[in-house]
Amino acid sequence: MTATLEVRDLRTHFFTRAGVVRAVDGVSFAVDRGKVLGLVGESGSGKTVTGFSIMGLVDPPGRITGGSILFKGRDLAGLSEEEMRGLRGNRIAMIFQDPMMTLNPVLRIDTQMIETVQAHERVSRDEARQRARDALGQVGIPSPDERLRSYPHQFSGGMRQRVAIAIALLHKPDLIVADEPTTALDVTIQGQILAEAQKLCRVTGTAMIWITHDLSVVAGLADDIAVMYAGRVVEQGPVDEVLDAPFHPYTVGLIGSVPSRNRRGEPLRQIPGMTPSLLDLPAGCTFRARCPRAEPRCSEPPPMAEYSPGRFARCIHPYNVPEMAA
Amino acid sequence: MTVYLFRRLIQAAGVVLAMSVIVFIGVYAIGDPVEILISPEADQYERERAVKALGLDLPLWQQYLTFLGKALQGDLGRSFVFNEPALKLILQRMPATLELAVGATVAALIIGIPLGLYAGLKPDSPLSKGIMAGSILGFSLPTFWVGLMLILVFAVQLGWLPSTGRGETVEVLGMRWSFLTRDGLAHMVMPAINLSLFKISLVIRLTRAGVRETMLMDYVKFARAKGLSPRRVIMVHVFKNILIPVVTVVGLEFGGTIAFSVVTESIFAWPGMGKLIIDSINVLDRPVIVAYLMIIVLMFIIINLVVDLTYSMLDPRVRLEAKGT
Ligand SMILES: Nc1ncnc2c1ncn2[C@@H]1O[C@H](COP(=O)(O)OP(=O)(O)OP(=O)(O)O)[C@@H](O)[C@H]1O
Ligand code: SF4
Ligand SMILES: [Mg+2]
Repeated sequence: MTATLEVRDLRTHFFTRAGVVRAVDGVSFAVDRGKVLGLVGESGSGKTVTGFSIMGLVDPPGRITGGSILFKGRDLAGLSEEEMRGLRGNRIAMIFQDPMMTLNPVLRIDTQMIETVQAHERVSRDEARQRARDALGQVGIPSPDERLRSYPHQFSGGMRQRVAIAIALLHKPDLIVADEPTTALDVTIQGQILAEAQKLCRVTGTAMIWITHDLSVVAGLADDIAVMYAGRVVEQGPVDEVLDAPFHPYTVGLIGSVPSRNRRGEPLRQIPGMTPSLLDLPAGCTFRARCPRAEPRCSEPPPMAEYSPGRFARCIHPYNVPEMAA
Repeated sequence: MTVYLFRRLIQAAGVVLAMSVIVFIGVYAIGDPVEILISPEADQYERERAVKALGLDLPLWQQYLTFLGKALQGDLGRSFVFNEPALKLILQRMPATLELAVGATVAALIIGIPLGLYAGLKPDSPLSKGIMAGSILGFSLPTFWVGLMLILVFAVQLGWLPSTGRGETVEVLGMRWSFLTRDGLAHMVMPAINLSLFKISLVIRLTRAGVRETMLMDYVKFARAKGLSPRRVIMVHVFKNILIPVVTVVGLEFGGTIAFSVVTESIFAWPGMGKLIIDSINVLDRPVIVAYLMIIVLMFIIINLVVDLTYSMLDPRVRLEAKGT
């Protein structure tokens, strides 16, 4: 069975005046039907740019410079803008990071939903409105008929994100790219939305990429995890295994910096140093300057290696690998 | 809403009162109309009689109170020169100025918005750079010079357009209008363009800045992520947002356009209020000057109110506050 989405060696660069920003530089991963891939990494590691690349929404000075994005076996990078538009919001939907900014402030909710229905299907306004109302109901918005006639500012942040999710669901997409959709929301609402998202994937078979820097969200929601660092995936595998016994020193650092109940009282560990400038990445392993296990060999770029079945890391000196433990 | 309107009206009354004092004192300070109006040969007796007849012998505050009392009854004094009510003189000429200002504003929107949209969407194209350079000219070339050039080219050399007066007019609602006749419209073209030059530049710049800012917004990207056509994204999602600043500024600018039409009206001998006020200033026809300034103040207040109301109609976020919810 082909995966719903398979990204291979994706490269998205920004050609700025200061130089080429390699925001995404050789990213590969796959998501199957009904599965959730958690894409995690620090701020600026290229998560959003990866999402926009899949959507075909990278704007100049940015450009996809290499790799392929296979959606149900079809390479999106080779599609015309017109064909891509037919997929966007229809077969592939995206939910954005900041719910306060994603809805147009001067258009009513019904306008913004009906236009989405009508962009992809020839249906009457009434029918489109009906569909919009059902979608609002589906994401748990009370009295959807009335809410349809409201403007975005009349909703709370959580409600706005629900509207954005409802819009993403209008065409029952095969793939949803959710870019930190709950980061801006409070914890209870976040929990509700996560539960609904998970149910949705299981029931409809929608594949989902859940971008976040919150490992606890990934732990509860995702099937697989891909950890990004400076434009590359440095570790990936099934989420439980990776979080239990991470290979890559960066993943170890990320996990160590999450407050956790069993380590109460211990100081939080921070990853020392800063993300390197994407304009001028160090040769060899890009994590070297911050890595406690760095050694001279790390000045060669480490390849992505499969250290245990289905688990990959881009590190020559990983943690938790049985035969390398000594 | 009613409370809001009521508050605005009280404010407006306060502003008008304050302005009336300033205008009255200001005009009084400009000079003594007696010198201009009364022939130098007139003897002492004749002079005094004239001064008395015009009410110029009373102290300033008394003149002001007389003026205010009459103003409240709709009488802004009689012109020294025409010996007619100043208000009537001005109102007679108001349609000419209004149609010119409205024509200029409409032209500015029709020309400025598409150019601004283009320049905002394709900021790096040579055409956009040309448009922006042109808009700088529109800002900086003096109105009178452009007016003279227009006359020179289109009236004198090419002979395409008439250069003076309003042309043929028709009477509608008791006022005479040019824009309803072919001849009148032809007479309007050049002065309207001349008056709108600054506005076109303003609209281009506002639209372009608005487009560039709005295009970067998340909601525009989200609209694209929904699979909407570029046309719909620009004409609905972007356009509705840039309309807010454009309407606000152009609306507020409208008062300025009327005030500025003085220059254009003089060049094209357009018989509007601007022409009247220039002539009146030359002969220090105080009642007309005062009446004109008062009417302009009133007009500014009305325009601001209308702009506020329109603004709140365009921006749903403001609408709610106005209702006090
Ligand atoms: N238009 C652009 N021009 C230049 N560089 C850009 C542009 N957009 C993104 N980048 C660069 O790409 C890198 C990755 O950005 P991205 O938004 O994908 O990070 P992220 O992982 O989503 O971070 P966050 O968690 O803060 O959302 C950043 O370093 C940013 O500087
Ligand atoms: S390759 Fe070397 S420097 Fe890079 S993460 Fe592994 S041990 Fe650290
Ligand atoms: Mg991001």
